[in-house]
Amino acid sequence: MIDFETVAVDRVSRHFGRRRALSRVTFTARTGAILGLLGPNGAGKSTMLALLATLAHPSEGRIRYGVNEVSALGAAVRARIGVLGHDLFLYPELTAFENLAFFAGLYAIADAPGAARAALTQAGLADRADDPVSSLSRGMRQRVALERALIQGPRLVLLDEPFTGLDDRSTAALTARLAGLRQSGAIVIVATHDLDVADGLLDEALFLRDGRLVETMARPAGLRSIYRDVMSRPAATPASPVGRA
Amino acid sequence: MSFLRILWLILRKDLTVEIRSGEIALTALLFAVSCVLVFAFAFVRQGVPPDGAAAAVLWIAVLFAGTLALGRTFDRERQSETLRALLLAPAARPAVYAGKLAGIVALMLGIELLLVPLTAFLFQDPLFAHPVWLAAILLTGTLGFASVGTLFAAMLVRARSRDMLLPVLLYPISVPVIIASVQGTDALLQPEINVAVLRFWVTLLTCFDVVFVTLALWTFEALMTES
Repeated sequence: MIDFETVAVDRVSRHFGRRRALSRVTFTARTGAILGLLGPNGAGKSTMLALLATLAHPSEGRIRYGVNEVSALGAAVRARIGVLGHDLFLYPELTAFENLAFFAGLYAIADAPGAARAALTQAGLADRADDPVSSLSRGMRQRVALERALIQGPRLVLLDEPFTGLDDRSTAALTARLAGLRQSGAIVIVATHDLDVADGLLDEALFLRDGRLVETMARPAGLRSIYRDVMSRPAATPASPVGRA
Repeated sequence: MSFLRILWLILRKDLTVEIRSGEIALTALLFAVSCVLVFAFAFVRQGVPPDGAAAAVLWIAVLFAGTLALGRTFDRERQSETLRALLLAPAARPAVYAGKLAGIVALMLGIELLLVPLTAFLFQDPLFAHPVWLAAILLTGTLGFASVGTLFAAMLVRARSRDMLLPVLLYPISVPVIIASVQGTDALLQPEINVAVLRFWVTLLTCFDVVFVTLALWTFEALMTES
């Protein structure tokens, strides 16, 4: 099985026609850490996640999983990547169990029904296993979607706005799950606008604006004021990595 | 993971979703039946249909219903971005295509099961006189049309004007399949069937199927990855 301990993004750019969604972004995400992609709408966060998920190719630069690029690893690298998108990637007509068993099958998990049942227990939804996803609340669907993304035990976990629409209890449960993933050695990358939730959760924050990396910060505290400060700088200010213990 | 296992998983999932909702099958079937009824009321005079009309009407209904089904099938995958989830799996992407194709073909063949007797009844044509040949033409014609349609519908899933673009792209490319299907079906309706002619059309359709399916399997991965 393919495995890696770092994901290195090296001067990656991504163009859509004449529009540049990402411009020479460089960073490294490491195992056992939660990295946050922060920035306003259109900053390039979702594009960055799509590139990391292998759904798109960089126009320039390269992304390495460990020492290899996707071209060397092939489709097998996708078995080590879990993605929770802004949309939940679930079939509303199928039950929670059927959704999870279907995706477990796609990831070639030997006991797909067993994996689906274990995932539902992890989500605290074992008693709702046979309910159609369309009948679950937003928070419950989000929990099922997260377990779908994690069902194959990915090394790299990519989450796009995972806290949107969640109540306090669901947010706390998701935060605890992400902390658990960090403990288990996953590389977690979260794109979010929810600075209050991200505060204290992130091991490293990357601030993106207009497709450019304008600031990186280790273990940021007081994210909202830092964010306001970074985003109010003049656009031409180059990226300056800053570390804070 | 084997190609066939992925194909089966996706086919089973699509059929389960369709059995639960009935949305695409019912819409496409009602549209196809309405189409046949309108043509029957327009063309059949005093119980006598025009020569060759049944073959044309049958395939018009099948193709329009198929186009409707193609669009809706991929709309469903777009609504919760589940197509992305399929593409994120480590499964071979051609197997994902094959699974979606199998679902569309199964749906279209299901519609044809009701449409063919209805057309035979309304146009009083002996469509069931040679059931093996009929099955061969329906299967190869449906596969040829669906193979191109599935590829284009998947490609266009994020295009804003996909409902307009799908028929614009699909019909010109599938014209050879449409002509061969109509001609093959018409050959079945002749008072004396010519086996050599039927064999020619079925062979031609099989060749189209092989070419279209091979090309689609070959290009699906590249077309579905944003380059």
